[in-house]
Amino acid sequence: MSSVDSSAVDTAAVASSAVASSGNVSTKKRSRFDLRIVLPPVLTGGLILGIWYFVSYVILDPKRRFLLKPPHEVWSVGFANGDNFSEMMEGLLATSKTAFWGLLSAILLGFLLAVIMSQAKFVERAIFPYAVVLQAIPILAIVPLIGFWFGYGFMPRVFICVIIALFPIIVNTLFGLLSADQGLHDLLTLHNTGRVTRLRKLMFPAALPAVFAGLRISAGLSVIGAIVGDFYFGQGEVGIGQLLKRYAARLEGEQLLAAVIVSSGLGVLVFTLFGWIANRVVGKWAADSRGN
Amino acid sequence: MLGETSATDVSNRGSRGADDVATLTFSNISMRFPDGTEALSDVSFDVSQGEFVTIVGPSGCGKSTLLKIAAGLLDATSGTVDVDRSGIGYVFQDATLMPWRTVRRNVELLAELHGVDKAEREKLASEAIQLVGLNGFENHYPKSLSGGMKMRASLARTLTMKPPVFLFDEPFGAVDEITRERLNEETLRLFEAERFAGLFITHSISEAVFLSTKVYVMSARPGRLVASFDVPFAYPRSPEIRFDPRFAEIAGEVSHALRGAHS
Repeated sequence: MSSVDSSAVDTAAVASSAVASSGNVSTKKRSRFDLRIVLPPVLTGGLILGIWYFVSYVILDPKRRFLLKPPHEVWSVGFANGDNFSEMMEGLLATSKTAFWGLLSAILLGFLLAVIMSQAKFVERAIFPYAVVLQAIPILAIVPLIGFWFGYGFMPRVFICVIIALFPIIVNTLFGLLSADQGLHDLLTLHNTGRVTRLRKLMFPAALPAVFAGLRISAGLSVIGAIVGDFYFGQGEVGIGQLLKRYAARLEGEQLLAAVIVSSGLGVLVFTLFGWIANRVVGKWAADSRGN
Repeated sequence: MLGETSATDVSNRGSRGADDVATLTFSNISMRFPDGTEALSDVSFDVSQGEFVTIVGPSGCGKSTLLKIAAGLLDATSGTVDVDRSGIGYVFQDATLMPWRTVRRNVELLAELHGVDKAEREKLASEAIQLVGLNGFENHYPKSLSGGMKMRASLARTLTMKPPVFLFDEPFGAVDEITRERLNEETLRLFEAERFAGLFITHSISEAVFLSTKVYVMSARPGRLVASFDVPFAYPRSPEIRFDPRFAEIAGEVSHALRGAHS
């Protein structure tokens, strides 16, 4: 249930800070755990669990209950069982490592490309269509090909993450760089500002809110890329992808569901982390803070 | 009134005459945009130091284009501008502050671009902030300022360069009437203190008369100067001159010329 919990906390924190900054919060309720904020997502979570139990015990007859094991069995087999849990945590670590390096590479490459594209319309026209092509490639189609060409090691997995995570970084960074106010551009022109200073003092800071919006999307995509790559490669260091495949093949419903929850939890964690960073960096000044 | 001289094709890089006392001189400026729009037609006038010239005209008559040409942001199709570009202070239509910088850091920007060291920069910024009455707001980000305060910060930023030529591109068009009057009074105070050569663009007649030594009326597109009025009030001016009968008289004449310019 890590996904539900962390998003509830996230919402609570953001909502309470919004109330505090609007200035009309009554002094009696200063607690971060305002019931009106915490209750709705908890109710939704309870409802989901209720439906889950209902399907497991009422809709499925006992012979077919393996299709959807009830929540407490998922917990006891997938999370409370030490061996199963540590196997999953190792997989999670491997997947996180791939996703991290993939994201980092995508950030560096995407940022570089966007900066170059922002400097000359010609370069933008030359590169942009291929960024779109990259985005349009069905990842399922390219993964076997990448394995075929580059093997099943670490680098090809990172490469998959880059392919899937690159586009939002390029698009958002480029959009951000080009979003700098024309008046400010004119002002810098009046004072004979060079290209590098213009980038550093105007275009980079102006791009930050959009860059972070892109990062949040790409971070989630990179996690997906790492899982998909691992799933299709089916060999090498065991990550969440291979575990999902294994559990599915063995009809281990509890562990399969546990792995699904864990991998979505990783995605949520990464999303929340980048939201938090964005809020720290641009929250103070951005008109519409994207850090929530 | 201006003479009917025809536009001559001269290079845009004008040279400055030795006996030329004007700080900013426009000679036969015409502007035609690539899409065929004729923005300005044969505009000639000058602004000397200690002179505050305002151009009033209907929207879209090419007033802002003229300022952009003066600042070198646009090149005129024909005619010359004679001015020392390094001494131009440009106040934009919007405050154009950097949202990621505090008021102080925004005001420091120009000095920073010119490589002024930190201590000197801070001193310049403090003086300018003091001058526009923004003390106490140094560490605020623009998003927490009102429209009028943003304009003050923008003015302060320009003031740090102590420019001999001040170009104002309809700077107070977006603020409410009360704030506008106060900002006008403060602009006047700055002018009285610094005695720069001021060129101010507006479509408010009372703003024009209140601030200026001279008011030009510009016609609708293509913009031409169709009338000029000298404003006799001496500086320092009191806000009370707005209620002086002569003020109303000049404003009436400008208004009349402007109506003629619309057609």
